[in-house]
Amino acid sequence: MREIKASQITKAVTELVRRANFILRSDVLSALRSAYRFEKNKRAKTILKAILDNAAYAREKNLAICQDTGMPVVFVQIGQYLKISGNLKAAINSGIANGYKNYSLRNSIVSDPLLRGKSGFSPCIMHMDIIPGDKIKLTLLPKGFGCENKSQLKMFKPTAGREEIKKFIIDAVKSAGPDACPPYVVGVGIGGSADYASIMAKKALLRKIKLQGGLLRGLSPKGTVPGFERELLFEINNLNIGPMGLGGKITALAVNIQTYPTHISGLPVAVNISCHALRSAEVVL
Amino acid sequence: MKKIFTPLDLNKIKTLKAGQEILLSGIIYAARDQAHKRMVQAIKLRKALPFELRDAVIYYCGPTQTPKGKIIGSCGPTTSSRMDVFTNFLLAKGLKGMIGKGCRSGEVKKAIKKYKGIYFITYAGCGALLSKYVRSVKTVAYGDLGPEAILKLEVENFPLIVAIDVNGGCIYG
Repeated sequence: MREIKASQITKAVTELVRRANFILRSDVLSALRSAYRFEKNKRAKTILKAILDNAAYAREKNLAICQDTGMPVVFVQIGQYLKISGNLKAAINSGIANGYKNYSLRNSIVSDPLLRGKSGFSPCIMHMDIIPGDKIKLTLLPKGFGCENKSQLKMFKPTAGREEIKKFIIDAVKSAGPDACPPYVVGVGIGGSADYASIMAKKALLRKIKLQGGLLRGLSPKGTVPGFERELLFEINNLNIGPMGLGGKITALAVNIQTYPTHISGLPVAVNISCHALRSAEVVL
Repeated sequence: MKKIFTPLDLNKIKTLKAGQEILLSGIIYAARDQAHKRMVQAIKLRKALPFELRDAVIYYCGPTQTPKGKIIGSCGPTTSSRMDVFTNFLLAKGLKGMIGKGCRSGEVKKAIKKYKGIYFITYAGCGALLSKYVRSVKTVAYGDLGPEAILKLEVENFPLIVAIDVNGGCIYG
């Protein structure tokens, strides 16, 4: 059985903290560049330029892309034939705390949600999964709370139609409005259970943004998920919220949907919105 | 682009209209959720406030830690609407300007009009870029709050957009 030391995991997580917070994801960067090209509204274009300049400056100067370095969310996929010597969860949290401290990020985590109190760098949120093989894949998503606060969950009736679901997702974007740093990436989880739909909505943010048919064309609005994604993106980009909510064509860079089988009695739908500074980094050990 | 200085002068800011871009120089105070809660408690208990609110500007911001060799870390705006419930108390005590991101409540709009205040927004999610305009930083109160402490920031040509002007005109409609 392949073996890995917990200390190697700590080291790898520390590096993920640096990469995720200083270097904007390349697919997000490409989408923002396309948005800048597509955008006609003068003010929106200026803002998109500032967003691109910010990413370049952060990378050059080793500065956090955004001061909200997020609630760190770590997706852990462990190969079933891998043996980890040491405490895995403690190793991940040490990696997070080391990274956030050493790279001068923000200590945004309060240990008690009601008492609040002094804030620190950890713990992070962990989602564990077992996969085939003998490797471990770690993905860090530092999730800013300006956009996390705009998350929504609705338990639809199983007979709900596509239009009802669409309205719920679009209303979630409308209610985020200018507050959560548009242009957004909209993560959606459909099916499963209440908790599972919420996790899918967040995981959907990890999927690479593909500019299928561009940001502004609503193509093949059929029953398929890719068709539904494009249809939603098209309608969201007609809301005229725009960058910083000051109007413009680009309100969202992508809509990413994940689905899972669900129960005959229900249809859970969760929305997890990301700001334009959608940051994540992954490593396989 | 119009240049504005702190402390804010009503004669200057009353000419500014929602949508207008300006550059702000001078002292601004970074304060967010918990600092607002404490300041409003202090006002209710008739206790002294940690800095002179009259004609001052508050920036809704909690920067990262300061990296070695730098003046400040990433320091963009946080969502302003979370401060809405506290804003009326501060405007009544003389606060003049606020900087943040996003919409404000109807109550805040009314209070801004009543007290002749002004609300600005700045590039949201661009904290690294905005650090360029900060010349100095000093913690002035509530250091125990960590990233939510009140900081005195000296800024030069900080880029802002007027979001709610002294007459209550709002960029978001």
